[in-house]
Amino acid sequence: MLGLGPEEWGAVALSLRVSIVATLAILPLAIWVAHLLARREFVGKGVLNALVLLPLVLPPVVTGYLLLLTFGTQGAVGGFLSNLGIVFAFRWTGAALAAAIMAFPLMVRAIRLGFEASDPKLEQAATTLGASPWRVFRTITLPAALPSVIAGAVLGFAKAMGEFGATITFVAAIPGQTQTIPSAIYAFLQVPGGESQAGKLVLVSLVIALGAVAVSEWVARKVAGRRA
Amino acid sequence: MSVSVQITQRLGDFALDASFESEGGVTALFGPSGCGKTSVINAIAGLSRPDAGHIRLGDQVLFDGETGVFVPPHKRRIGYVFQEPRLFPHMSVGQNIGYGRPNQLYSTRGDGGLAVLGIEHLMERYPRDLSGGEAQRVAIARALTSQPKVLLMDEPLAALDDARKTDFLPYLQALVAKTSIPVFYVSHAMSEVAQLADHLVVMRDGRVVRSGALAQLLSDPAAISDIGVREAGAILNVTVAQADASDGLSVLATSAGRLFLPKVQAEDGTAMRVRIRASDVILSKDKPDGLSALNILPCTVTQIHEGQGPGVAVALRSGEDALMARITRRSARTMGLTAGLRCYAVIKSVSVAPTDMGGRGTG
Repeated sequence: MLGLGPEEWGAVALSLRVSIVATLAILPLAIWVAHLLARREFVGKGVLNALVLLPLVLPPVVTGYLLLLTFGTQGAVGGFLSNLGIVFAFRWTGAALAAAIMAFPLMVRAIRLGFEASDPKLEQAATTLGASPWRVFRTITLPAALPSVIAGAVLGFAKAMGEFGATITFVAAIPGQTQTIPSAIYAFLQVPGGESQAGKLVLVSLVIALGAVAVSEWVARKVAGRRA
Repeated sequence: MSVSVQITQRLGDFALDASFESEGGVTALFGPSGCGKTSVINAIAGLSRPDAGHIRLGDQVLFDGETGVFVPPHKRRIGYVFQEPRLFPHMSVGQNIGYGRPNQLYSTRGDGGLAVLGIEHLMERYPRDLSGGEAQRVAIARALTSQPKVLLMDEPLAALDDARKTDFLPYLQALVAKTSIPVFYVSHAMSEVAQLADHLVVMRDGRVVRSGALAQLLSDPAAISDIGVREAGAILNVTVAQADASDGLSVLATSAGRLFLPKVQAEDGTAMRVRIRASDVILSKDKPDGLSALNILPCTVTQIHEGQGPGVAVALRSGEDALMARITRRSARTMGLTAGLRCYAVIKSVSVAPTDMGGRGTG
């Protein structure tokens, strides 16, 4: 189909796996941090906010290099984790880590808007009905912010699909291992006559991106349909 | 169940310093907007934490500033009906009502008198499909279904228009009559308070200025300035003698004689309260004759209270009930009113609004 060779299919499959894993893995943390920033007052809130936004403002290559320093086999965290058998450097898991970190600020920003717009009065009502803070969050706060959570997840997924600079710096672009769609496109464009292969991958990216938007619209409409 | 509240709290520029005791039943918190009524019941609910003081319900300490006791709101077993319904938009009416009892089946029959709310047919609907009155009834049902130990109502009629309010009050009365738990009812409308409450707490600028049994406080001429000269007036306990008299009036029996008032929606023999505003009562030393007013009750002056303005408040005893009249100082002097004097109170029938009639007797 589309005349894609095994190398291109490998890149597509890897990109999807990296992006889906990165999005799902970082989503709970993004929800938690977004809620914290939207609803709580605490010392160091400004610092946390700046930290969350950091990957958005840093050059991706710098983020990738910092990841390499931290999570590389020689790095502080990476060395410790490799003793436990968890290796990020030059593996697809590393690509997922880079994608997750790059997607995180976008997800937090989108989800935070949802929490800020949702009505704390409903949470008070739930509390007076005997619901614990965790139950209030699960049954009232989160459903109210669900459209924003979906939007944040789609945004994060799209960012993960497109991540290039941090990924290539951290885990390089090993075909079949860490070569995602963007790095494959880049690689094809480096060799004479690679334009047609690159073009096919561009088309695939377009289909995936449009598909993600369509799915999120559909889910958002299902969620919104039940509300006033 | 006795209730004891004594709290101080700084809320921005506003200082709350409220204390009162009540013997349970329905305690009304009455006062103008912004006087701190809602802050008091938020503190009882645990939605805010006072700076100092205590809140006790029976033998349960909900808050004590000295020992540091603060029961979190979700463990207080309260039912809170807010000004606006605050229904969960993503849940059906049935799910909303069941929220306070997640692991049990709920029943709208027999259960704390929920049947009077008339919402059985709404269970499958979503909040967006409800009218304002329906939504507020659902909110009340939801609060009661959690089997609270105390019920808090913050102007539950505020979101309704006047016609709906009149329709809704009987629901509240029936409900309040059936529950045995303490109820705190916040309102700035004396007509609601007069019909529902047993105990009255009058607030102003974050402080409690009066607290006492409703019937006593409303017939106390010294309290007239705190309640408001327009709103002040005693409560008569009446029995409906003939609800549907031919001329559009109802005949009500009081301990001192019969009253003819605008038609009430009640069965003959029903006991109810009628609030007679002090400014609607005219006094006469002799029994008036040839007067258009239908209601003339013999009474005795018990107390005369002179305030700052041109008016005086006259407390009267009529049979076993208390009445209050607000007349000018000049009239009082001309008539030679003194405590113990026998006179006649004249009440114009049409001046008593339908919203001033209803509720249980004050006992």
